[in-house]
Amino acid sequence: MEFLSYLISGISLGSVYAIIALGYTMVYGIAKMLNFAHGDVIMVGGYISFCAMNYLGLPSIVAVLLAMAVCTVLGVVIEGLAYKPLRSAPSLAVLITAIGVSYFLQNAAQLIWSAAPKVYSPVVAGSLSLLNGQLTIPYVSLLTVVVCLVIMAGLTLFTSQSKLGKAMRACSEDKNAAQLMGINVNATISTTFAIGSALAAIAGVLLCSFNGTLMPTTGSMPGIKAFTAAVFGGIGSIPGAFLGGLLLGIIESMAKAYISTNLANTIGFAVLIVVLLVRPAGLLGKYVPEKV
Amino acid sequence: MLKVNGINVYYGSIHAIKDVSFEVHQGEIVTLIGANGAGKSTTLQTISGLLHSRTGSIEFLGQNLMGVPAFKIVSRGLAQVPEGRRIFLQMTVEENLEMGAYTQPNTTIAPGLERVYEQFPRLKERRRQIAGTLSGGEQQMLAMGRALMSGPKLLMLDEPSMGLAPILVEQIFEIIRKLHQAGTTILLVEQNAQAALSIADRGYVLETGKIVTTGTGAELLASPAIKKAYLGG
Ligand SMILES: Nc1ncnc2c1ncn2[C@@H]1O[C@H](COP(=O)(O)OP(=O)(O)OP(=O)(O)O)[C@@H](O)[C@H]1O
Ligand SMILES: [Mg+2]
Repeated sequence: MEFLSYLISGISLGSVYAIIALGYTMVYGIAKMLNFAHGDVIMVGGYISFCAMNYLGLPSIVAVLLAMAVCTVLGVVIEGLAYKPLRSAPSLAVLITAIGVSYFLQNAAQLIWSAAPKVYSPVVAGSLSLLNGQLTIPYVSLLTVVVCLVIMAGLTLFTSQSKLGKAMRACSEDKNAAQLMGINVNATISTTFAIGSALAAIAGVLLCSFNGTLMPTTGSMPGIKAFTAAVFGGIGSIPGAFLGGLLLGIIESMAKAYISTNLANTIGFAVLIVVLLVRPAGLLGKYVPEKV
Repeated sequence: MLKVNGINVYYGSIHAIKDVSFEVHQGEIVTLIGANGAGKSTTLQTISGLLHSRTGSIEFLGQNLMGVPAFKIVSRGLAQVPEGRRIFLQMTVEENLEMGAYTQPNTTIAPGLERVYEQFPRLKERRRQIAGTLSGGEQQMLAMGRALMSGPKLLMLDEPSMGLAPILVEQIFEIIRKLHQAGTTILLVEQNAQAALSIADRGYVLETGKIVTTGTGAELLASPAIKKAYLGG
């Protein structure tokens, strides 16, 4: 029974990682950059929803929508101001800029909301009690899993069926050829950031609901882990990000329960290294040699 | 129809295109020939807006193309089949063709597909196949079909015969001739000067970024200097 409850907790945490990883992977797939500030957009999503619920007294669903709207705008602005000017710069320059944006967001949050942790009450309260109370599952855990599945299915449909989604895939493969087709590559990249950031807002709300606290550094560790999950599953791959996130969550939860809380992260990263040794492109990634 | 006038294109400090001017008239097949590195692809990419000239002008159907972003060029009626095909390898054949019609209203996609499949029956058989698994010849057909999906008035082809067996080269040139007969104006870049000049109304010879000779296809084919430099004797 204990095992089952750890598993459920792992799946739920993994679903949060998966949502974050989906944002990472989409941006990487299309803009070919690692947006290390993604985790901090999550944190902003957390604060916006926190303020909306606690200071403005808005219902949680409105708070979530507001957080999504703010993060979408934030993502597009970050892309336009910080990354777009570096479109043809070496990827190292872009990476360093992304790290800079990440610290900028953390420090800005510290100035606005202070470094002290806030108590974040879950967007949905209560829990489901099963087997005469031997197994309790917080509703928010169930919600997280459902939301993650819906997002994953939605993104899959979007990229495989819609015109814009196909254009995104075309951009991800060959930006010049995409432009010859009449695709506005800059606008497509902005849209990708918008979608990724809206997902980050959802992830922020769910993550804070899961953890129960919120502070300016809330997003950074989950951000790195979700990045790990995206690489684990195969960076650029939507099902890969989903699978990677889920596995990382389960590994972390099991490691905490049966090995050691302190070693949980180490074990997660160790598994990643082993997977990458065996499959350099990740679980579901396609190995595409760099073109020269 | 297309007027390129005194363009100069640089890659950093490399001066790749030097004062190049040429014209393509409605209904013509015009070819741009030259050795490796002469600047043929650079010229086409400049017309398509992927590269920029520091001087001069590019006019298409009386409208200025200089400074127009690359993604807005195709809707003006100017499509390019780039060097090395550059199809979307991880997308299906049909998805590639749909991308070719990206700027077109959705209602034109089905008839467009019909037309392309008629021209390239092989593509129809493979419509659901991932483009990366096509043979080289099929990939070239896909690249051409994709460009045709936008219903271009002028089609620019960059070395469509590259890496293809002689029989396929013949097929590709046959298709170009048919497209031309059907009313598409063609600007053809080739290293295969013999084949290109045989179907072209006029040709320009590019050497290290400069146009050195021009004439009708027949004139250039007969010219001793061209024979020596580009036709293997
Ligand atoms: N991205 C680039 N950066 C720097 N120099 C370049 C670049 N692309 C092309 N060049 C240079 O510009 C010149 C013209 O190149 P271009 O590709 O236009 O030649 P080409 O005539 O198409 O040759 P090929 O027949 O081999 O395709 C060459 O000297 C080439 O080295
Ligand atoms: Mg070339």
